[in-house]
Amino acid sequence: MVTADLLFSLVPALPLVGAVLIASARRYLSGTVAGMLATALMVGAFVLTAVAFSTFDPSTGGHTVRVFDWIQITGMDIPFAFRYDALALTMMLLVTGVGSLIHLYSIGYMHNDARASTFFAQLNLFSFAMLLLVMGSNLLITFIGWEGVGLCSYLLIGFWYNVPDYNYAARKAFVMNRIGDVGMVLAMVLLFQQFGTLEYSVILEQADGFSANAPILIAATLMLFVGATGKSAQIPLFTWLPDAMAGPTPVSALIHAATMVTAGIYLVVRCSGLFELVPLTQDVILVIGTATALLAASIGLFQNDIKKVLAYSTVSQLGYMFAALGMGAYSAAMFHVIMHAFFKALLFLGAGSVIHALGGEQDIRKMGGLKGSIKITYVTFLIGTCAIAGLPLLSGFFSKDLILAFAYQRSPVVYAVLVFGALLTTFYMFRLLFLVFFGSYRGKAHPHESPLSMTVPLMVLAALSVVGGVINLPHLFGGHEALKHFLATASSGISNETLHLSVTTEWILMGSTVLLVTSTIAYAYGRFARKAELDGEPETMPLFKRLLAERWRIDPLYAALFERPFGWMSTKLHTVGESRIMIPLTNGVGGAALRIGRVVRRVQTGNASFHLLAMVVGIIAFLFITLLST
Amino acid sequence: MLYLFYLIAAISVISALTVVSAKNPVNSVIALILCFLSIAGHYVLLNAQFLAMVHIIVYTGAIMVLFLFVIMLLNLNRAAEPMKTLGTRVAAVLSGGLFFLTLLAALRNGISVTAANAFDPGVGLVHSVGMSLFSEFLLPFEISSVLFLSAMVGVVMLAKKEKTWTPPVRNAFTEKPLTEHELDAEG
Amino acid sequence: MEQEVITAIRLVPLEHYVILSLLLFSIGIAGVVFRRNTIIILMCLELMFNSVNLLLTAFSAYHSDPRAQVFVFFIMLVAAAEVTVGLAILVMMKRNVDSVDVNQLNRLKW
Repeated sequence: MVTADLLFSLVPALPLVGAVLIASARRYLSGTVAGMLATALMVGAFVLTAVAFSTFDPSTGGHTVRVFDWIQITGMDIPFAFRYDALALTMMLLVTGVGSLIHLYSIGYMHNDARASTFFAQLNLFSFAMLLLVMGSNLLITFIGWEGVGLCSYLLIGFWYNVPDYNYAARKAFVMNRIGDVGMVLAMVLLFQQFGTLEYSVILEQADGFSANAPILIAATLMLFVGATGKSAQIPLFTWLPDAMAGPTPVSALIHAATMVTAGIYLVVRCSGLFELVPLTQDVILVIGTATALLAASIGLFQNDIKKVLAYSTVSQLGYMFAALGMGAYSAAMFHVIMHAFFKALLFLGAGSVIHALGGEQDIRKMGGLKGSIKITYVTFLIGTCAIAGLPLLSGFFSKDLILAFAYQRSPVVYAVLVFGALLTTFYMFRLLFLVFFGSYRGKAHPHESPLSMTVPLMVLAALSVVGGVINLPHLFGGHEALKHFLATASSGISNETLHLSVTTEWILMGSTVLLVTSTIAYAYGRFARKAELDGEPETMPLFKRLLAERWRIDPLYAALFERPFGWMSTKLHTVGESRIMIPLTNGVGGAALRIGRVVRRVQTGNASFHLLAMVVGIIAFLFITLLST
Repeated sequence: MLYLFYLIAAISVISALTVVSAKNPVNSVIALILCFLSIAGHYVLLNAQFLAMVHIIVYTGAIMVLFLFVIMLLNLNRAAEPMKTLGTRVAAVLSGGLFFLTLLAALRNGISVTAANAFDPGVGLVHSVGMSLFSEFLLPFEISSVLFLSAMVGVVMLAKKEKTWTPPVRNAFTEKPLTEHELDAEG
Repeated sequence: MEQEVITAIRLVPLEHYVILSLLLFSIGIAGVVFRRNTIIILMCLELMFNSVNLLLTAFSAYHSDPRAQVFVFFIMLVAAAEVTVGLAILVMMKRNVDSVDVNQLNRLKW
């Protein structure tokens, strides 16, 4: 193995070592020491990734690094191997980079928690699983990571396990993810049955021979997409993500905003060659992505929990990414993944800083006027909000604009819906900003600025949110779409995508979006900044607004559709199936054996002559049977 | 020749039946000796002279004497044996009969045997059996001496008069054997 | 001389010997089940041994193969050893339960 490959395959080992070390020594390590160790290892992983990145030559298109043979039986060869290419490197830089910042932030955020060292062990374990997910050269390695991040997500959402609601949220996330995982497993089975391998490179190569919309490919891609909807919180499996905000805020930032939830997008980009062949699935993805973007944005309008707003915003932004995937704009989706990781991690960490400052308060109705007391948090949060709204020249502007341009090229309807979603996003984000930082303080706590370990990541992420867009600067602004060309070496889907709008059209689209966004900001400023317009309980609202505030009542709907029938079935199975059938049946079998035994035991007289007779009779019977059968 | 065979066979069967049916064990032994002698006669008819001699020496001379000796030793020479229940006796006769019939039925098509070797009048004489025994079967022959040795040791072990041993009476609390004085007090 | 021996041996059909040894064997089996006296049961076992010996010898003579007779010889060896052990057990039994009745051996369970 050459040096670069060795360094590359050592990247996931570092967080794994951290997880094992911290987990086994968690009783002896204070939270701060454990946090420093975990952060150091993540930074180490980031440095290794950077070295691997700098020595990587994109023109080769990447290669597979076989670490060891794993499953080798006849007709099945699944190595434990990593894919050393542009896509994996991009995701690894994102995971280790943003991950390091969030680890650093957690040292300050968790320093009062008694189980902080456990927290860092789980966080490191998550990073390991996430790295496996993005590095795996075959679906099975990805699947290990896929399940690993699901497990860590479950553990970290339920980190404060003495609150029953948090446990429920963790379980909900876990079950929802399992539904998606079934799709993933089915897709793996289908692909293996069809191609006899799970290696991405081989599958994509062989898939070229299939005609478009081949039934096997339709099934496989749809199943992969089901897996992606589970992990990336799309309709219909998105309800777990808002509840997942029960976890500590750094977890929300790392897992439920920046990295894990983008796994679905990564998977689709990784298999873009397959999805390219199935326009049907692409249409499904487009519809679901667009619908999710709009639905989640509409729910976000009237939420009062600072993290819930951000959570719905995340679902909505993920919807944008899937819409982009559905249009075949893979590079736009990946671009948005990275930009979103920057500004949404920033927003979550900012929210965490606000919550930290107010001693655990999350209701924005009890905030307000905080811009004076926590300045750094305010400035960075403002930058993040502007970035997600897509104000010109910030990171979100470029990525969202790229998606909107593709949408316009695809269909005016999609374009209109996505622009409307973007306006909703702008509205609720600025509502959040104004309610939290403007006006006068409505709570009772004494706000104080967070320690340096928390503000430094905020500042770094703010800087990235401002200048992040340069990595894929469009031609319009003098760039040459570096990210796209880099990723195109790894993904056939990206090298196929084309955007052929005239320069004038692009300017007009961009200008109109900016105009709409700024007027929305002005409207929000008028409603929330000067005189805070607070919402009461949903019961007092007009019908439509109440429906939005109650999240379209999707949770009660799911409860009525799935949980209650399931509960009814379980009860019936218990009262009828178990009590009336299974228990009498098993007891009957046991009782019958007992009764037969009571009779048959008399044969065992213990008398030697009787046994002798029995033996003779047996021999005669045996001989007789032999005689009959010859 | 054939009549001779029938005569000896009749003696065999009748004496065997007597073994089973005689009330007195000594009569059984005498009948069995007669049966073995008739079987030795069959051996002679089959030209197995060596076997006939060994048979008479081993069975009639050693084994049956051993039987008689044990009967005398244990003083069993009385017809004191109670009979088994009627059902068991019927079952015994039935099972013997059925066994015979079953195996007889296996012969219903007769046995067609073609002699494996050319006829050799020397087979069964001391020379041929001895050649075979001390060349081909030398090792089993030697090992059988080990069998006899172990049988001998086992018999000595079994038949040795056991010393009767009664566990000493112990004090329930100190677990020490009681002294004679204490034993007297216990009565 | 040779011809005489052949005719002498083969005058009696092989089936006769088979049936004779079957008969003896069946009598032995019936005796084992029929009697309660352990010493008679041992004697019936001897009877069965001998019926087998007779059968082997008969086939040996018909095939002109001395090896079967060596087998008979070994069976006699084993039978002799078996009888000594069996009689020793009988002596033990008599000493312990003061009886040679096979029905006394009724504790074969547990």
